[in-house]
Amino acid sequence: MSELKTTTVEVRLPSRMGFEKVAMSTASAVAKLMGFREDRIEDLKTAVAEACINAIEHGNRLNEKLSVGVVLSAGADSLEVKVIDDGTGMKTQPAKPDIDRKMHGEEDARGMGMFLIQALVDEAEWVAGSDGKSSYVRLVIRLDKDA
Amino acid sequence: MQSETKSRVDQLTSPAGHPVTVLRFEGDIASTSKDAVLGLYQALPKSDVKLILLDFTKVDYINSSGIALVIQLLIEAASAGQKVYAFGLSAHFTKVFTMVGITKYAGLFASQTEALAAL
Repeated sequence: MSELKTTTVEVRLPSRMGFEKVAMSTASAVAKLMGFREDRIEDLKTAVAEACINAIEHGNRLNEKLSVGVVLSAGADSLEVKVIDDGTGMKTQPAKPDIDRKMHGEEDARGMGMFLIQALVDEAEWVAGSDGKSSYVRLVIRLDKDA
Repeated sequence: MQSETKSRVDQLTSPAGHPVTVLRFEGDIASTSKDAVLGLYQALPKSDVKLILLDFTKVDYINSSGIALVIQLLIEAASAGQKVYAFGLSAHFTKVFTMVGITKYAGLFASQTEALAAL
């Protein structure tokens, strides 16, 4: 683990659905090297996938001329992932999804990505770029070998 | 780039003698899976089908768009008076389905054998 203390891995994805799996695989590989448990790696993969999907679909609006940046920074006891797009960022956080409202047609069946991100990692924050672009979501998952 | 979702229908009978329609999925379940998930379900004869089992044994990846398709299926099944159950989810996706509340409307089982025994 010590050799990973300052290691940064960067990936650039085309703004095309499906390429989030490249980021998932990369995050999984880095997390394995750091010694994360398999269940936490699965949590991380889903959170990274959802962050990339949001960046591709909402941030870059599926514009294939734009790319999504994924920066993984492996620290001593945590892994930080930034997913960067060219959107303006979110003005407000969506409400927590409510399955009963969805089942009764009172809420869109979609709209669970951000909820899953927040529920599956230890920290999640959405940062709007000061220049009106280059917004990012920052995820942190902590290494807890005893859990 | 997104891998194709394969799906098919099997007709089984539970040990208790109830006809069970099994929708089997394979590959990814994502935004491109609408025909494979909802299309397959919507092609079922509603009057004959009362118990539906979703088989996720060969599904590697489900994202939030895929979960939304499953919820859409549950909405349509509920309005048709059908009961839906699922099996074969990995431990991770069992957790995710539980987190988003799907388990309130679709019972989850580890295997087809366990699911059929309960129906």
